[in-house]
Amino acid sequence: MGRLLPSNLAKIAGLIFGLVIMIVFMLSSMKFGITPIRWSDVFHSFTNYDSSSNEQIIVQTSRVPRALVAAAIGASLAVAGCLIQGLTRNPLADPNVLGINFGASFAVVFSVSVLSLTSLPILTGVSFIGAAAASLAVYLLGSFGRDGLTPLKIILAGAALSALFASFTQGMLVLDAQGLDEVMFWLTGSVAGRSVDMLKAVLPFMAVGWLGAVWAARHMNVLTMGEDTAQGLGQRTIVIKLIVGLIIVALAGSSVAVAGPVGFIGLIIPTIARLFAGSDYRWIVPYSALLGAILVLAADIAARFVIQPSELPVGVLTAVIGIPAFIAIARKGVVKG
Amino acid sequence: MRDYTYIRSEKLAVSFFLHKKTVVLTLALAIASVAALLLSTGMGDMRIAPMDVIRALTGGGTEEYQLVVRTLRLPRIIAAFLVGASLAVAGSILQGIIRNPLASPDIIGITSGASVTAVAFINYLAGTVSILWMPVAAMIGAAITAILIYALAWKKGVTPIRLVLIGIGINFLLASLTKVMLVMNPETTAAQAYVWLTGTVYGTDWVVVKTIVPWVCIFIPLAFLLARNVNALQLGDDIASGVGSAVQRQRFVLLMVSVALAGAAVSVGGAISFVGLIAPHMTRKLVGPAFGGVLPIAAFIGGLIVVIADTIARTAFLPYDIPVGVFTAGVGAPFFIYLLYRNRNAA
Repeated sequence: MGRLLPSNLAKIAGLIFGLVIMIVFMLSSMKFGITPIRWSDVFHSFTNYDSSSNEQIIVQTSRVPRALVAAAIGASLAVAGCLIQGLTRNPLADPNVLGINFGASFAVVFSVSVLSLTSLPILTGVSFIGAAAASLAVYLLGSFGRDGLTPLKIILAGAALSALFASFTQGMLVLDAQGLDEVMFWLTGSVAGRSVDMLKAVLPFMAVGWLGAVWAARHMNVLTMGEDTAQGLGQRTIVIKLIVGLIIVALAGSSVAVAGPVGFIGLIIPTIARLFAGSDYRWIVPYSALLGAILVLAADIAARFVIQPSELPVGVLTAVIGIPAFIAIARKGVVKG
Repeated sequence: MRDYTYIRSEKLAVSFFLHKKTVVLTLALAIASVAALLLSTGMGDMRIAPMDVIRALTGGGTEEYQLVVRTLRLPRIIAAFLVGASLAVAGSILQGIIRNPLASPDIIGITSGASVTAVAFINYLAGTVSILWMPVAAMIGAAITAILIYALAWKKGVTPIRLVLIGIGINFLLASLTKVMLVMNPETTAAQAYVWLTGTVYGTDWVVVKTIVPWVCIFIPLAFLLARNVNALQLGDDIASGVGSAVQRQRFVLLMVSVALAGAAVSVGGAISFVGLIAPHMTRKLVGPAFGGVLPIAAFIGGLIVVIADTIARTAFLPYDIPVGVFTAGVGAPFFIYLLYRNRNAA
C-alpha cells in the first residue's frame, strides 16, 4: 500500500532522509543535557580527545554511550516488534507476547532481592538469560500439538506465562520493600548510566538480529499470507518461524538486558512504519529500525529537560512522543485488521 | 443435536435450546463456588471447621466465630468473588466484540485509567480526603478513559481494530504517567500505590461489598440479555449487519456494560490483572464460543480464581497478608496451561 511513499525511489529517499535525521538526533543527544556543551567540544572529543576538558569527558563517557544505547535498543525493539506482529498476524502483539520483559524482570528482581546482586553488568547477563528462558518456554508451549506454532496458541501461551512471571515478580517486590526501591530504577527502563561495555556485550546478538531480520523479511511476506498459502508456495514454515523466533529473542532480549523493560516501541513503531513502507517487510524492517532509533533518541533528549535537574524514565517520554502519532495513524485507518 | 436438550412449553410461547455440557458445568461450578466460599471462610490465622462456619452464618456458634466469619472474612471473600466474576465477564464481552484474543479490560485502558487516578489519589489527596473515596476516583478514571478512547476511535463509526489500537495507545500513556508518579514520590506512598497496582481486597468490609453488588446485579444479567448480540458481533461486522444487528449501537452498549463491570471491579480490588484476559479463554476451551454459555461459566471461573488466590494470599505467608493480584496468575495460569496442552490438537 505505502500511501505516503508510493514508489521504490521515494522509499529509498525516505530511508536516507531518516538516516540523516537519526544522525542529527545522535549528535544532539551528545550536545544537549544538564551540562551545556559546545558543538566544538562534541567534535573535538572524537578528533583530538582532551582528557583535561570536563566537557569532552562528559561527552565521551556519558553521552556517547547513551546515544548509542538509545539508537540500538530503539532499532532492535522496533524490528523485533514488526517480526512478532507478522509471526502472530496480530497488530496488538509486541515482543512481550513472548514473555521477554516479564522473564527478564523476574530474573533481575530475583537476583537483586534473593541473591543480592546489584552490579549493572551482572544484571545485564541475568536479564538476557531470563528473557531467553521465558521466550523459549512460551515458544515450546505454543508449539505443542499437531499443527505446531499457530498465532493463537503463541499468544495464549505467552499471556499465561507472562502473567505467571509477572506475579512471581510482584510477589517478591511486595514482600521486600527494600528490594523494590533498589530495582525500581531498573524496572522503569532507562538508557542513562549504561557503559559502552554493556552495549558491546550484547552487540553481537543485536547485529545478528538485524541482519537476520533483513534476511527474513521476504520470508515474512510469504508467511503473513497464512500458514497454508506459505506451505503451498514451498516455504518450510516451521523452520522460518523458529528462526524468526530466535531473531526476536536476540533483539528484544539484548535490548531489555541493556535498558530494562522499555515498553511499547515494539508495538507502535511497526504500525507507524507501515504508513511509510506499505505491507512489504523488506521495507517495513528498515523503516522500523530507523523510526525506532529516532523515537528513543528524541525521547531520551526530551527526558533530560522536563523535570530538571532530575530525569524522567525514557519509557515515559517515548509514550508521550509516540502515542499521539500512533493515535493519529490508527484513526487514519492505515492498519487493516 | 445429541449435545442439546430443549425446554418447550405447549401453552406459553417459550422455547429454549440448552447445551447439556454447559448446564452441567454451570451447576458444578456453582457448587464448587459455594464450597470454596465456605472453606475459604474457615481458613486463616484462626481455623474454623466448615460446619462451624455455616453455624456462624445462620446466627449460631460462639460470638468470636461470628465476628471472624461475618465481619472479617465473609465480606472480603464475597468481594473477591464478585471482583473476579465482573472482570471475567467484562473480558468475555470485550473479546467477543473486539474479536481479538488479546483483548481484556487492561488493554483498552479501563484498568490503566482507574490506576492513574487511584495512584494520584494515594499520592496527592490521601492526607486530606478520606481513603474511602478512592474507589470513586478509580471508577471515574475508568469511565473517563473508556469514553475518551471511544471518542478518539470514532470516525463514522468505530471499528474493533481502531478501538483496540487507540486503547493500547492511551493505555501506555496512562501507564507511563502512573510510573512517573511512582518514581517521583516518596517510597512509602510508592509502596502503597504498588500494592494497589498489584490488586488487593485487604480490609474489605460490607460497605465495600454493598458498593459493588448493584453493579454486578445489574450488569451481569444485562450482559446475559445481550448475549445474542455478542454472538452476532463475533462473526464480524459485515455478517453481523447482514443478519440485522445494529452493529455500532450494540457495540457501544456492550462496551459500556464491560466498562461498568471492570470499573466496579477495579475500584474495589485494584488492578488485578490476568483474570479478565484468561478466564474467557479457559471458558471457551471448556464449552466453545457461544456467548450465552460462556458468560455464566466465565463468571464462576473468574470468581473462583480470585477467591482461591486470595485465600492463598492471606494464609500461605502468615503473618503477612499478600495482595491477591500476586496469586491470581499463580492459581489461574497452571490450569490454563493444562487446558492449552489438552486442547493442543484442536483448531
